[in-house]
Amino acid sequence: MRAPSQSDIAAGEVLLSVENVSLSFGGVRAIRDVSFDIRKGEIRAIIGPNGAGKTSMLNVINGFYTPQQGKITFKGATRNKMRPYDAARGGIARTFQNVALFRGMTALDNIMAGRTLRMHRGLFWQMLRFGPAMQEEVEHRRRAEEIIDFLHIEHIRKVQVGRLPYGLQKRVELARALAMEPELLLLDEPMAGMNLEEKEDMSRFILDVNQHYGTTIALIEHDMGVVMDLSDRVVVLDYGQKIADGTPDEVKSNQAVIDAYLGVAH
Amino acid sequence: MDLLYKIFIDPFLQMGGAPDLLIQTLWEGLVGGMLYALIALGFVLIFKASGVFNFAQGIMVVFAALTLVGLHATGIPAFVALALTVVVMFALAWTVERVVLRPLVNQPDIILFMATFGLTYFLIGFGELIFGGDPKVMITDELFLPKGRINIPAFGGVVSLQKLDIAAAIIATTMVAVLSVFFSKTRIGRALRAVADSHKAALSVGISLEQIWVIVWFAAGLVALVTGIMWGARSDVSFALEIIALKALPVLILGGFTSIPGAIVGGLIIGVGEKIAEFYWGPLIGGGTDSWFAFVIALIFLLFWPHGLFGEKIIERI
Amino acid sequence: MFYREVGQYKTSYSADQAIFPIVQDRFGIAVIILCAYALVFSNNDFLLNAMMTPFLIFTLAAIGLNILTGYTGLLSLGTGAFMGVGAYACYKLTTLFPGVNIIIWILCSGFFAALIGVVFGLPSLRIKGFYLAIATLAAQFFLEWCFIRIPWLYNYNTSAAIEVPTRTMFGIPVTGATATAETRYLIVLTIVIVMTVIASNIVHGRIGRMWMAVRDMDIAAELIGIRLLPTKLLAFAVSSFYCGVAGAMLVFLWYGGAESTVFSINQSFFVLFMVIIGGLGSLLGSYLGAALIFMLPIILRLAPPYFGIPVHAATVEHVTFMLVGGLIVFFLIVEPHGLARLWQVAKQKLRVWPFPY
Repeated sequence: MRAPSQSDIAAGEVLLSVENVSLSFGGVRAIRDVSFDIRKGEIRAIIGPNGAGKTSMLNVINGFYTPQQGKITFKGATRNKMRPYDAARGGIARTFQNVALFRGMTALDNIMAGRTLRMHRGLFWQMLRFGPAMQEEVEHRRRAEEIIDFLHIEHIRKVQVGRLPYGLQKRVELARALAMEPELLLLDEPMAGMNLEEKEDMSRFILDVNQHYGTTIALIEHDMGVVMDLSDRVVVLDYGQKIADGTPDEVKSNQAVIDAYLGVAH
Repeated sequence: MDLLYKIFIDPFLQMGGAPDLLIQTLWEGLVGGMLYALIALGFVLIFKASGVFNFAQGIMVVFAALTLVGLHATGIPAFVALALTVVVMFALAWTVERVVLRPLVNQPDIILFMATFGLTYFLIGFGELIFGGDPKVMITDELFLPKGRINIPAFGGVVSLQKLDIAAAIIATTMVAVLSVFFSKTRIGRALRAVADSHKAALSVGISLEQIWVIVWFAAGLVALVTGIMWGARSDVSFALEIIALKALPVLILGGFTSIPGAIVGGLIIGVGEKIAEFYWGPLIGGGTDSWFAFVIALIFLLFWPHGLFGEKIIERI
Repeated sequence: MFYREVGQYKTSYSADQAIFPIVQDRFGIAVIILCAYALVFSNNDFLLNAMMTPFLIFTLAAIGLNILTGYTGLLSLGTGAFMGVGAYACYKLTTLFPGVNIIIWILCSGFFAALIGVVFGLPSLRIKGFYLAIATLAAQFFLEWCFIRIPWLYNYNTSAAIEVPTRTMFGIPVTGATATAETRYLIVLTIVIVMTVIASNIVHGRIGRMWMAVRDMDIAAELIGIRLLPTKLLAFAVSSFYCGVAGAMLVFLWYGGAESTVFSINQSFFVLFMVIIGGLGSLLGSYLGAALIFMLPIILRLAPPYFGIPVHAATVEHVTFMLVGGLIVFFLIVEPHGLARLWQVAKQKLRVWPFPY
């Protein structure tokens, strides 16, 4: 598959848009009236200082939090809230800031679990583990192996993920998300806590996923270098509000963004 | 129609027709509820300070009562036996901290919960091995607990209160008051609340977890001792109490796991509720409803108010 | 030395997805099953009736609870009651329709237990951990009350107990006083083996992965498209089915009659301890745990007189309680994955022997 070029994206269709979303917990307003969109095939970064509401935004997008106000339009369908199951079914996958793997399972089982939605044999065939059930199991194992191959984690496929080092856990988590064959992939700080080399690997994988599978990606990241290199467009949040939106270059030179990061007396 | 009448009208007519019986039932319920509340209080103390859901609290009640009676049976004077039992409860707290809690620190809650099952069974076996499995009689006279009844004429009938129950109510109230002052005013009390908020943070400001845990388990042991005396005075001292002690769990659901007032109020609600339900509605379905009433109430509560009456709502983060 | 996997190459994914990928394992399992069947010829009633049959029945109950607690992470204290549902359902079915084969009713009684399990599993959508444990206590006490207070369940017998009638299969008595220990053992053994295979198939496939995902991190499970309530309820249903069948077998193929006290909270704990000691989330562990917990009192009762030390029956019971309690704490501290994990470690050591790794 050909990577979409910059101009394609500019004109491209909108995959997901959030409009005037507000979210608060008790008295704390995590997100205030934020609107932006994610176009098909792009890598969209969400940046901002700590506590700006970035993770909350992802949680709203895949239905873990219910916003008090606003609308979410995904693939043409508009709703006031997503439900996690509908989000997954519709093709939104997600990785987490603090790795959220199934720690008691092997890497392979984690990835296979990511294919749950695409497996359909019911309890009867599962009980027999024979015929159609085994066929299905093997077919999905093949897909899982492709992803394992793609992310170079062959050597740990039978290891319980709780015992893996952090960097590999992040990779398995990405593998699990990819196993869902998502249209939109949400990455919450995929490079947090990594050293330079691991970051480079992860950047490579993200670009490959985007180009190889044509997956649209929305990512939160603190490393500005990575963000500016990877992303097609950047949205900047601060104190739950959107303060800038545009290409990396536009955002970099935006005065509000500079103020938010360096801090100015309000 | 007849059934509806029996369920929705008749019981209330009975209540109105014999208010003295109603008051008597209420009082019995309150006394029973107070004992549930005391067990629940032991749970809350430990849960607040260590996050451990101590399933063994009910057994600690029996164990304390058995130790007291057993020591007295060997010829030791009652108050010396009482003091020795306090020492035993301290030893228990210390041992539990050493053998169970310390090696399991930072484990998931559910593992610690299951470890207290082990503790429960160990204490049952240990207690019966030493003191024998047959029911025993609480040494009420030797501890100068009052006996007999006060009969109060009311609404054309008589409400009969056991002096023992009144004494129990006074002692329980005093104990709760003392504990509240202890935890809100003293240095250890403040440290304990710090530990309850966050183990790591408490450690980092130099609070000793081990010390705190021994203290709360000891406090829970003392509460268990008082409960055991009260309970033993009303019936036998035996491990049959174990099943009844489980009713402290629904009490916690109602009151929330971290609230001392919640434990008290929840205990009284459950105590009164099950007595009233059994007395007025029980005969309709064959009686014996008090074996499950509390748990079903808890189940309904869990479905609609999962955080209890006094508990806090927790926002999940990922 | 003989436990090596060298030279056994897996050439297909289906071979790699097999449950026992190593030849020696498959061979070992076959030998064990053969030996288990060969025990029928031992002519030893004590071994068959007092040890093997109950051990297998409790294993099945432990597998049931393990599906719920070990694989799905939902702690249940109502196992005893769910076993009771199976037993009473089987009793009603076979007295209402005496013509139907008893084995069919034993298996069908599992469906009744499954239904009741699902009803009491509904709160698991909102609550977890010890909150759920308390909710299952409601099932335990309420159902126990039903077993006592609804005389219809035990056909108004004056004993207020299930009295197992004699039922035959191909002319041979299977249940009741005339059934031989051998017949009952054979039936129990076959049912337990078949149901173990089925359980193993389920937990190794899609459904098993869904359960474990819910156990390990329910939020993440939800976000990869696992619906929590149906998944948890399925676990409750399958688990209760197993417990129900175990309960029915307990009464029909072992006790021969039972009152409600058989299904008390102590039974629930008994099975839970098998699961904890054997290993949460391990079918093999269910066997090991059941063996240990069930055999412990028997050994304690038989061993001291063997060495000439007289012991009281009560003392044995007390010491058993202490030991079981101590073992629970010990395993939770030292090896939360139980005996099954110790077995795996031993196997791993054997694989590379004589080298340390």
